[in-house]
Amino acid sequence: MSSSTVVNEYQPKTSVGRITNFVDSRVGGSAMVKEFGRKIFPDHWTFMFGEVALYTFVILLLSGTFLTFFFDPSMTEVAYDGSYVPLRGIEMSAAYASSLDISFDIRGGLFMRQVHHWSALLFVAAVSVHMLRVFFTGAFRKPRELNWVVGSVLLILAMAAGFTGYSLPDDLLSGNGLRIIDGVIKSIPVIGTYISFFLFGGEFPGTVIIPRLYVLHILLIPALILLLIAIHLFMVVAHKHTQFPGPGRTNDNVVGYPVGPVYAAKAGGFFFIVFGVVAAISAAFTINPIWNYGPYDPSPVSAGTQPDWYIGWVDGALRLMPGIIAGIPLEWEIPFPWGVNTLSLNVLLPALVPAGLVFTLMFAWPWIESWITKDKREHHLLDRPRNAPARTAVGVAGVVFYCVMWAAASSDLIATHFMVSLNDVTYWLRVLFVIGPFIGFIVARRIALALQRKDREIALHGRETGRIVRLPHGEFIEVHEQVDAYKRYTLVNFESHEVLPAEADVNGHVPKNEKRRAWISKFFFEDRVAPVTPAELEAAHSHGHHGEVAGEHDKASISSH
Amino acid sequence: MKALSQRRRHPLAAIALLLMGLLVTGGIYAVASTANEAQAQTAVSASDVEEGEKLFVANCATCHGMGASGTEDGPSLVGVGAASVDFQVGTGRMPLQMQGPQAQVKPPQFTDEQTRQMAAYVASLGAGPAIPGEEVLDTTGEGVDPANGGELFRVNCAMCHNAAAAGGALTRGKFAPGLEGVSAKHTYEAMVTGPQNMPVFNDANITPEEKQDIIAFLEVIDEQGSPGGADLGALGPVSEGLFIWVAGLGVIIAFTVWLTSRSS
Repeated sequence: MSSSTVVNEYQPKTSVGRITNFVDSRVGGSAMVKEFGRKIFPDHWTFMFGEVALYTFVILLLSGTFLTFFFDPSMTEVAYDGSYVPLRGIEMSAAYASSLDISFDIRGGLFMRQVHHWSALLFVAAVSVHMLRVFFTGAFRKPRELNWVVGSVLLILAMAAGFTGYSLPDDLLSGNGLRIIDGVIKSIPVIGTYISFFLFGGEFPGTVIIPRLYVLHILLIPALILLLIAIHLFMVVAHKHTQFPGPGRTNDNVVGYPVGPVYAAKAGGFFFIVFGVVAAISAAFTINPIWNYGPYDPSPVSAGTQPDWYIGWVDGALRLMPGIIAGIPLEWEIPFPWGVNTLSLNVLLPALVPAGLVFTLMFAWPWIESWITKDKREHHLLDRPRNAPARTAVGVAGVVFYCVMWAAASSDLIATHFMVSLNDVTYWLRVLFVIGPFIGFIVARRIALALQRKDREIALHGRETGRIVRLPHGEFIEVHEQVDAYKRYTLVNFESHEVLPAEADVNGHVPKNEKRRAWISKFFFEDRVAPVTPAELEAAHSHGHHGEVAGEHDKASISSH
Repeated sequence: MKALSQRRRHPLAAIALLLMGLLVTGGIYAVASTANEAQAQTAVSASDVEEGEKLFVANCATCHGMGASGTEDGPSLVGVGAASVDFQVGTGRMPLQMQGPQAQVKPPQFTDEQTRQMAAYVASLGAGPAIPGEEVLDTTGEGVDPANGGELFRVNCAMCHNAAAAGGALTRGKFAPGLEGVSAKHTYEAMVTGPQNMPVFNDANITPEEKQDIIAFLEVIDEQGSPGGADLGALGPVSEGLFIWVAGLGVIIAFTVWLTSRSS
């Protein structure tokens, strides 16, 4: 070490140190760890569903790779000669035969199949719950709108990955599912039949659909998901994580703990927890027992045929749709110059309209909300769902809309298990399909407003202790106890949008669009509960009890001490 | 031939033709329906028929009428055969628990002896499928093929009873029951008599050997249990989805709460 420039260079003493130093001085890992390891993440249990989605996706990649070693994505007809007696000698596709082999003749195969399928169900469920959390807490607001869009695309890709995988074993259940997709495609006017023939390589079911779905399932869709996950996580790091409001938490900071070492260890451990839960479920509970269903054959349809849960709502919409409304049949034959085309609105409408509505609103919501509120600021502090009653109500309406269709997909099981008529179940769900979202909206908003009033009450007058005291002159009072400053902070520190009346543009006109916005704004925020102001707090606390401030008359009836 | 062609415009020719047609269809039907009568006729005595009639009058005639000729509340039982009585009474469906879309299964209300006597009485009213004998129900014999039975089950039965025989819904409160634990005799009788909303699968439609295959298939899937673990009711994706949302996510949420409750 003669040169003076290397005097301060780190000299590792052990061989492991020398190797890591060699690598680090060439790839610069320590700088990345320093930067990323000090990144702060806030702590809340609802922030972990994205992690669950990520981990189940890793489990899917691992178990899926195992399955590709043994699965034969071919529709060649073979006679089954494996160890499952009730199917021996039956003609079936090589895809189904190899799925049966994975289940019965390959060591650990059935377990891996069940790990793959259970984690797929958990994956889409975790994505959904994660999105609900983001929606109801307002985490999609600026600057995160694009990440919300990326997440929404990921949800659609997750559903596509699930459906293509569901179809691969080529059993009776999945074949029925494909048949429904085929019917939906064929209901598209004019070009539907052409798309169907293109997809299936001829008349349904043909001999090419399984290999084609296989390529989509193991190559294209997972690659897109991986790409979008990378973009998604990159944006999370760039935007920093949102946090719930609390003492010391502002829009300009993140209060939490650094990634390294505790969070890194916890996140790594959480992966194994998720893997363990999935493995335990897979070991104890069967999923998609394909041997029960038999090979796909277009003639039989089994009772109780449903898609996996995440496609259920579309299936439910198809089940709810009547064929005739008020005496008008929904199937028309329209003469074109080249011949007669069938327009099957009874299939086309339920297959495309509800899903189209839900996804359009989902993608557009960040912009819809900022248009109504004219709020274009950055938000890093989350809303408690009760503190955004209108948004919460819209979300609940959407959830009800979804769940009615979801329930409709199991209408037959509702009928048999609750001993009611299948027809009645369908009629009631049709009614709920129309009025359910409205009821959900009204009820959710009322509950949110009521909770806000309760928060206000507690902030101003403290919580009810349940201790009744009799005063010397005979009056009974209940003793209220002030909440501590930390608790009060979360009760009073939130943003609440007010009604923004229509504004005129530079020419003095009020555009139609602006009038519409003002109408929605009034509808959303006219009955808002304002956050407690410092003055109100001061007044309420200054003279011990009976704190009344102007503008607060509406709650005077509630006894206070 | 000439005489025939000369008289083809005779006023009575149409009637003669009609008579001939009726005779031919009737004859074919008679031949076909005797082919459907089960082979094994269990020996019944006159006293069985007599006792059966007494039981019938006391317990069944309110709805099915005297002489089983039917009323507004219940169908005629003339010609339904002994198998029908053995199935309906032997599974507890008859006497009806209540008027409803469909007879419910409940503990049988009569002893085997009484059921046999009533079956003998109803069988004496008109020819119909008899109670199948042991040799028809024996699924251990040579050439019984459960795989073929599975194929037949999927094509003929699964649309109502579900591919895993877990049952399914029909319209307006009616349903196809799950077949787990149903005896071979009752399965066979259901196929030949078509109880409730079930169609009749006569011997021309599904041969007795094929019925044996179907029964063998049902026995195999009954005995094998569920190779992949608890079957969650064998109801398919609905119970799986419900399970992952309630139990799967529930456990995961419990862990997330636990992890974030100890921050540092």
